[in-house]
Amino acid sequence: MRADMQDFDCRNNRLAQLALEQDGFIQSVQAAAERYGRKRIGVFLGSSTSGILSSEQAYRERDPVSGALPASHSYRHTHNMFSVADFVRHYADLQGPAYVVSTACSSSAKVFGIAQRMIGCGLIDAAVVGGVDSLCLTTLYGFNSLQLVSSHPCMPFDAERDGISIGEGAAFILLERADQAQTDDILLSGVGESSDAHHMSSPHPEGLGARLAMQAALDMAGLQPESIGYINLHGTATPSNDAAEDLGVTSLFGTTTPCSSTKGHTGHTLGAAGAVEAVICAIALRYDFLPGGVGTRTTDPRLHCNYLLANQGLAINHALSNSFGFGGSNCSLLLSRKRA
Amino acid sequence: MTTLQVFVDGVGVYAPGLNGWAHARTVFAAPQTYQATHLQLPSIDSLPAAERRRLGVAVKLAMAAGYDATQQSLIDLQQLATVFASSAGDCDNCHHILEALSSSDRAISPTRFHNSVHNAAAGYWSIASGSQKPSTSLSAYDAGFGAALLEAASQIRSNAQPCLLVAFDTPYPQPLHDLRKIANPFGVALLLTPQRQTTTLCGLTLELTQEPAHPMSTPDLETIRCNVPAARALPLLSALATLQPQNLVIEYLPGLNLAITLQP
Repeated sequence: MRADMQDFDCRNNRLAQLALEQDGFIQSVQAAAERYGRKRIGVFLGSSTSGILSSEQAYRERDPVSGALPASHSYRHTHNMFSVADFVRHYADLQGPAYVVSTACSSSAKVFGIAQRMIGCGLIDAAVVGGVDSLCLTTLYGFNSLQLVSSHPCMPFDAERDGISIGEGAAFILLERADQAQTDDILLSGVGESSDAHHMSSPHPEGLGARLAMQAALDMAGLQPESIGYINLHGTATPSNDAAEDLGVTSLFGTTTPCSSTKGHTGHTLGAAGAVEAVICAIALRYDFLPGGVGTRTTDPRLHCNYLLANQGLAINHALSNSFGFGGSNCSLLLSRKRA
Repeated sequence: MTTLQVFVDGVGVYAPGLNGWAHARTVFAAPQTYQATHLQLPSIDSLPAAERRRLGVAVKLAMAAGYDATQQSLIDLQQLATVFASSAGDCDNCHHILEALSSSDRAISPTRFHNSVHNAAAGYWSIASGSQKPSTSLSAYDAGFGAALLEAASQIRSNAQPCLLVAFDTPYPQPLHDLRKIANPFGVALLLTPQRQTTTLCGLTLELTQEPAHPMSTPDLETIRCNVPAARALPLLSALATLQPQNLVIEYLPGLNLAITLQP
């Protein structure tokens, strides 16, 4: 943890720092700050559990008499849901609007919509968006209580899939106004959001909320389903999630659009999944590469989307990324490669 | 500077001594009459009994404020997008999970777990209202109300759809209360629309500002404003009670507040 950021020291913010320092990202943010001004750059991040691990540890170190938590525990800078955005805003010395979205596993997809709207309204010129989630007992024991954790590496869309592999991850994206976009730049061309209004922890069985989100993303982009070259599925590998998503996807796209879940590569990074998988879509667009799903041996014959079991080289113009969360929170992102 | 204009179609509030908007507006008209009493919440009859049994105070508070803001409106709740904001969601539930995880068996119940997601209030609201419209759930430590107002206003200016804003906070029990002192429960809701209509109370024009936030005029209400994140809305609620044309500043992030011009 950087010396001036010690108050924020926890597993989640360490992971955030690790990601910020990859691939020249923080340098790109500083260049944007020079261009636009620090007050004109927002920070909108997704997380499901933030740094709650720190409070889990602190509860095990309570004073046996008074019950007090250790004095060294910094709730505000670690556990609180805003901590990761507060950390990134200070780490990059940005002064624009900031908040955290926490809508379970759709969190870091929805932040793209916030940045898009705020840029569109003229409140900001750019935003650091992304997601960070790290392992903690709350999610391990919580998903286990729902019997949603696989005892094997997860197998999305496999006939024998039996649950998720909990992952951890961080991804950041610098979004800027699109008026200066160059050929081959990746554009955020659609964001679709919806609610299932069905159940707190089970998806709508016919994938209706998922379909509404995908349709809304297409509508915003002004694209037809056949224009989409690849769909990065939410594909958690629970029996019900994959079945519902398959129905949602095939009802809108039919059965030919190439699809895969990359949860077999990364595990389910929960509140970071939207941002991680948006980056995977950007890589697919930039490098003419469709990732085949890892961990899946035989696709479930009851599922009908065109699930890729092997990598495929193919130039595409548009990719869709699905993220669906507890509470029936759905978000689909549509990314495009700007062609000459 | 960029400004965002929205219109207020309904207001809801529940807190100790503020028992719904109809009551609260009489308090704001004569703030020296404010008396902190125990929080009184109506029952949430719109949810099936099985779901209702699972609700903690935080979710009941959020939903009560939401219904308070929408009860006079003609807007169909099924067609209404929502923005929820809370510093930490259901703090009682969080404490119980942390206690269980520090015990020897570590087991937590499915209900505890799905109530632990920050968007639990939004999830229950969508089930109760049947709305499949977009919903988001935010946290910004002390800045949640300002964040929710910015988010709702930028949504409305982008898609020209109405939006229900709900900001709510409840205290942590000990031992976390010592580290995060949220003084009392406070839930506030605003039904916001893109255009003036017959049911509109007033227009609001929002702008980011470095001007300092305005305090409340009486010590009791100022103490609540400073000690509950969602209560940073109090100066706006007070202005909405009297509906006089005025300019006010509510607290958002350090050095970045929200200037609001109220147009009756």
